[in-house]
Amino acid sequence: MTIFDVPAMAPSALQVLWLLLVAVLWIGFFFLEGFDFGVGMLVPFLGKKDQERRVMLNTVGPHWDGNEVWLLTAGGAMFAAFPGWYATLFSGLYLPLFLVLLGLILRGVAFEYRSKNDSPAWRTRWDWAMAIGSLIPPLVFGVGFANFLKGLPVGPHETAFGTSVTLFTGSFLGLFTPFALIGGLLFVSLFLTHGSFFIGLKTRGEIHDRAQKFGSTLGVIAGVLAVVFVIWGNVAYQLPGQLGWLRTVAWITGIVAVVCIAFAWFMNSMDRDGWAFVGTTLATVMLVVMFFAHFYPGIGFDNSVNTGTPLDLTTASSSPHTLTIMTIAACIMVPIVLIYSAWSYFGVFRRRLSTANIPADVTTAA
Amino acid sequence: MSPDTISRWQFGITTVYHFLFVPLTISLSVMTAVLQTAWRKSGKDAYLRLTKFFGKLFLINFAMGVVTGIVQEFQFGMNWSEYSRFVGDIFGAPLALEALIAFFLESTFIGMWIFGWDRLSKGLHLATIWLAAVGTFLSSVFIIAANAWMQNPVGAVYNPELGRAELQSLGAVLTNPVFLTQWPHTITAAFVSGGAFMAAVAAYLLIKKNKEGAPAEDLVAYRKGVKFGSWVLIIAGVFTVITGDLLGKEMVQTQPTKMAAAENIQTTFADGKAPFQLLPGVELFPGLLNWLYGTDVIQSVPTLEQQFLDQGYLQFDSKTGQPVPGNTLQTEFASSLQDNNLSLVNLVCGDNATTCPQAIPNGTIEFWGFRLMIGVGLLSVLGGILLLIMTRGSKIPNPHPLLTAMMVVMPLLSLAAIAFGWIFTEMGRQPWIVNGTMPTLQGLSPSVGVGPVWFSVIVYTLLYGVLAVIEVRLLLKYIKLGLPEEVAVSVKDEAEPLSFAY
Repeated sequence: MTIFDVPAMAPSALQVLWLLLVAVLWIGFFFLEGFDFGVGMLVPFLGKKDQERRVMLNTVGPHWDGNEVWLLTAGGAMFAAFPGWYATLFSGLYLPLFLVLLGLILRGVAFEYRSKNDSPAWRTRWDWAMAIGSLIPPLVFGVGFANFLKGLPVGPHETAFGTSVTLFTGSFLGLFTPFALIGGLLFVSLFLTHGSFFIGLKTRGEIHDRAQKFGSTLGVIAGVLAVVFVIWGNVAYQLPGQLGWLRTVAWITGIVAVVCIAFAWFMNSMDRDGWAFVGTTLATVMLVVMFFAHFYPGIGFDNSVNTGTPLDLTTASSSPHTLTIMTIAACIMVPIVLIYSAWSYFGVFRRRLSTANIPADVTTAA
Repeated sequence: MSPDTISRWQFGITTVYHFLFVPLTISLSVMTAVLQTAWRKSGKDAYLRLTKFFGKLFLINFAMGVVTGIVQEFQFGMNWSEYSRFVGDIFGAPLALEALIAFFLESTFIGMWIFGWDRLSKGLHLATIWLAAVGTFLSSVFIIAANAWMQNPVGAVYNPELGRAELQSLGAVLTNPVFLTQWPHTITAAFVSGGAFMAAVAAYLLIKKNKEGAPAEDLVAYRKGVKFGSWVLIIAGVFTVITGDLLGKEMVQTQPTKMAAAENIQTTFADGKAPFQLLPGVELFPGLLNWLYGTDVIQSVPTLEQQFLDQGYLQFDSKTGQPVPGNTLQTEFASSLQDNNLSLVNLVCGDNATTCPQAIPNGTIEFWGFRLMIGVGLLSVLGGILLLIMTRGSKIPNPHPLLTAMMVVMPLLSLAAIAFGWIFTEMGRQPWIVNGTMPTLQGLSPSVGVGPVWFSVIVYTLLYGVLAVIEVRLLLKYIKLGLPEEVAVSVKDEAEPLSFAY
């Protein structure tokens, strides 16, 4: 027993609020960047001609950077509100996060540089950078979130200051269980479907019809994987301290997610692009809620194997003072961000695109 | 190499690289917005063509800043988990607020600016570039506040139960004297780089296109670019010197070891007698150093080292020359270590040390980093003055390889000055990750092995190297194309090509 042992406490209202806010930020990230990951992965496959690929890229052109900020904000919010969560998670998952960063660098540069040179070799190379860079993050995040649902093993570590901290005790290869791999494939297939439906919603002509067909096939795969994942995850795994009603929430949101995928698939086959996209959006939202229902109060760590201080919502969190200041900032800023983001999507960049909209001249490329 | 050395190399490489793009993004966003405003006010085509031309170069640079920036936020947790845990209560908030307030604004409105030429009214479209510029400024405020806190950790207390620093006063963090001088210094230096870039690119094209017999209106536009860029460079240069002086005066108080190493002070000069050394051993004007830093007493490296060994802290009152124990966080942390029979001296110097050179930052790097920062920065400002002289009135110099070399070197020197500045200030904080509190070694992630960090630092270096080559080639390609010909901007119907597209 050291003086650093903290007795288990009930989470404060601010801690719960910030868990919810972190959940909202991840939801925003997966729902928004989810479709632009999908579009990115589809570029070399769905776009037969260069003009078609450019149509696809331009559907997400004004938005992908803003979408990615949701991830930065989620990371920043975890750092500010739950430093213990951020520190243990990000260092514990060093290699997976490194892969995510490589993917994000590749696709970010590909967006901006691909069309700035008209050599076909240059463009093909960037198209593959785009596809691979858009595949890695959802794959890794899927594997990661499946592992959080199971609970990452943690244990105590003595520091040179005479304090004890809680660190990840598992291995990189240990993350790749069959359940986690299904999680990875589920994220990839769901975002491919989500991306196809987004292209369907935002384009006209041949590319639109092809996106609908792709989405139809991919939607079936995503649906089957979702059924397996939701049942497996909710039956097999329960972290210590999880509340009964949150298990119910996890079951319900998981089932609703599956229903939403089915709904999206059906709407797509009825040529209702908007509703199909709404369906995959809701499916993504519901899946993330299902994950977070498993994170209370252990925030994705398995403390049953931990001999030291448990790492949970209370021990990982910042001081009430910091949480209060952050809450005030979030209450002011989040609505403002939502308003101008919505204006960008529904106001300025509302219309559909086709190959006729793509300027031929490379010098006008943005 | 030990794990902390590799992680420090990685942080150094990725941060210096990231910060090649940041100052250009900050300054070029504003300068592009000014050009577009000039077009809107005057209606002159020259300004619109300049806006589009420099806007494109700005975007090529911006993309690199964005993708390398994500690495920055993640690597605190990935490579420096115990630092993150220790400071998260204070340091995390500015990072979260930077994303929430600055990055959303910047990214959303840059997107609207790029793709909105034919979809927004002229006034609204102009507002988008200004809002994006505001985003880049806000971003710099938050990240410099966070860095200044590492240099001088004010507004915080130590919580011994949780073993971490906690926020006591956000007001104190935002009025940190180091922040109040470091932020203007960073911003003005950013405009040195943006000014040097615009002046050099425009002058190169003015000389080249004049020789090729370009139409008069093109030359008029290039000349505007040279003038605007040069004046921004010169004015920003003056303010960078002024803010740098103020920052130095703060650092001699809060980080005496950094400045003692930077000025290579080996003996203590009391009563206003410390000379300035231009080069090692070349001493000028006894008392100049006291005058520069506004202090009566300047402590020497050996005194500071001995003081640390004897008393465990490093700050001195510059008027009396008496040691002072530091701010709340620093003193509370030191006394908490004592309660556990530990001390900062044990952590930094080892047990029973009689000397402790590692308590002082690397003298060679500090001395030369400081002088190179100032030297190459001033050289790039000198370039701006020369350009104004060479293009005064209606003069246009003839092409010459030396002139071309000058145009290439000018922006590079300004960026090198900024890189030297960061290396100087970050290496000068050593051996601390949080000045006078947490040693850098203790901030490292214990759960990350040497192998993964080697892997990541090698891959980052190779990838960043390849991307640098691609970026520079693209910049050169678009610079050589010169001002765009067709600049029609109109609201178009659904079937027509977009005026801007990927």
